[in-house]
Amino acid sequence: MVVAALLGTAAIAAEIPLSERKSGYDLMGRETRAMQDDDTANPGMLWVLDGEALWNRKAGAADKSCTDCHGDAQASMKGVAARYPAFDAARKRPIDLEQRINACRTDRQNATPLPFEGKELLALSAYVARQSRGLPIDVAIDERTKPFLDSGRELFTARQGQLNLSCAQCHDDNWGQKLAGAPVPQGHATGYPLYRLEWQTLGSLQRRLRNCIVGMRAEPYAFGAPEYVDLELYLMWRARGMKMETPAVRP
Amino acid sequence: MSDKDHMNDEEQLPNAPRRRFLIHAVAGGIGLAAIAATGPARATPATMRAAMKNVVGEASLRKGKVTLDLPPLIENGNTVPLTVSVDSPMTAADHVKAIHVFNEKNPQPNVVSIRLGPRAGKASVATRIRLADSQKIIAVAEMSDGSFWSDEVEVVVTLAACLEGSVP
Amino acid sequence: MTRALINVPAKAKRGEVIEIKTLISHPMEPGYRADNTGVLMPRDIITDFICKYNDEEIFRAELFPAIAANPFFLFSTIATESGTITFEWTGDNGFSAAESVTITVE
Repeated sequence: MVVAALLGTAAIAAEIPLSERKSGYDLMGRETRAMQDDDTANPGMLWVLDGEALWNRKAGAADKSCTDCHGDAQASMKGVAARYPAFDAARKRPIDLEQRINACRTDRQNATPLPFEGKELLALSAYVARQSRGLPIDVAIDERTKPFLDSGRELFTARQGQLNLSCAQCHDDNWGQKLAGAPVPQGHATGYPLYRLEWQTLGSLQRRLRNCIVGMRAEPYAFGAPEYVDLELYLMWRARGMKMETPAVRP
Repeated sequence: MSDKDHMNDEEQLPNAPRRRFLIHAVAGGIGLAAIAATGPARATPATMRAAMKNVVGEASLRKGKVTLDLPPLIENGNTVPLTVSVDSPMTAADHVKAIHVFNEKNPQPNVVSIRLGPRAGKASVATRIRLADSQKIIAVAEMSDGSFWSDEVEVVVTLAACLEGSVP
Repeated sequence: MTRALINVPAKAKRGEVIEIKTLISHPMEPGYRADNTGVLMPRDIITDFICKYNDEEIFRAELFPAIAANPFFLFSTIATESGTITFEWTGDNGFSAAESVTITVE
């Protein structure tokens, strides 16, 4: 069934109609959904709590904390993660939330950037993104970001790796069907960073994309590569209007 | 490694080193290096029964009073929500003293041992466990009158935990 | 940072059965996994969890490697009197963590 569909697929896969989009949450069992819904039992909340502590901690040569500029995150960060990746004038391209946090670290706090996928960066991005939970995803596409959106779309629809598969072939054309016993989700980045049961820890969207790419037997890009951010921009645009779920739980 | 861990191995798998060697000898004369690299023997229905006997002793294990709740189809064996409830008034005279959970196919037969008492109000505990494969899970409740009751569930695990793979 | 998430109602009626939820961050390395280079990662788990209510033990768990990472427990207790509920985790490699909350019982 999957093989037949792949052979018959046209060069550009059909995008999922907006009204038919579903979060990976809907494919999960009752117990996993309950884990996500309960803030007192969601393992991702451990990182959100850490992030809250880091938000208040002074850092760098400037001896500033996030609070010093941004005040109470519940107010100032509301809606922010739902708009990322966002165009950064200084870097002349969109950057994602983790890069934004590190930009603040280097430019404003005069501190060293936090390592990708390290506990601290995950905690801070989880805390910031948590402030957008329940809000609709709303990345800005204009003449500055459109070229990067197009690049992201190309990455999503291009065949790659030893299996010569594209993301679209599974996530646009065959979502809902089973792959090795597990249902294929549509692949909307609504809940990142999220607690993945497979990882037994919280992880970023970049980590998930690397997993996918390695799974497709293709070469993953380095952490922080512009290709990931272009893909993330496309994924968030593809999920526009869907609600943020951070910190989500996924199998 | 703790003494407790070592004791478990001896009591439940007395023949473990010899059993492993025999398995690999039959498989075709693989050297000692291969045995060292393959890791520990898995629990089996026999080792699970031995672990249960450690707890229950000579008393009979009756079915009933206990409800073991696990998702029928497990999306990921790394984190599986589990609830054990026991039908008991939880009074000083009649209560659940302990709940023990066992499994058949993880590397080790024990999952968790919980001590309760009349202060609990109700005998219901939830936690999250790992399951390496589709298998049988058994929950045993030890009552204040010395009786033992159990429930068992067979689950299907679509992705294995513990025994697979390395850290990314 | 060892982080624990504890959920206990701040207030309860005398005699009410209340639910307690605890979640602590810990990898619970089972001791059966190999790293990228094939080297076995040694066991590193929480082995014991004890909850006390005004110094009296109300819940105790002995954990084995089969308990998932970031161990979670949900259990109940009777709200007998106001006071302090304490939580203690101990484990391999000298691991030790403690938390406490107060409860008002009317």
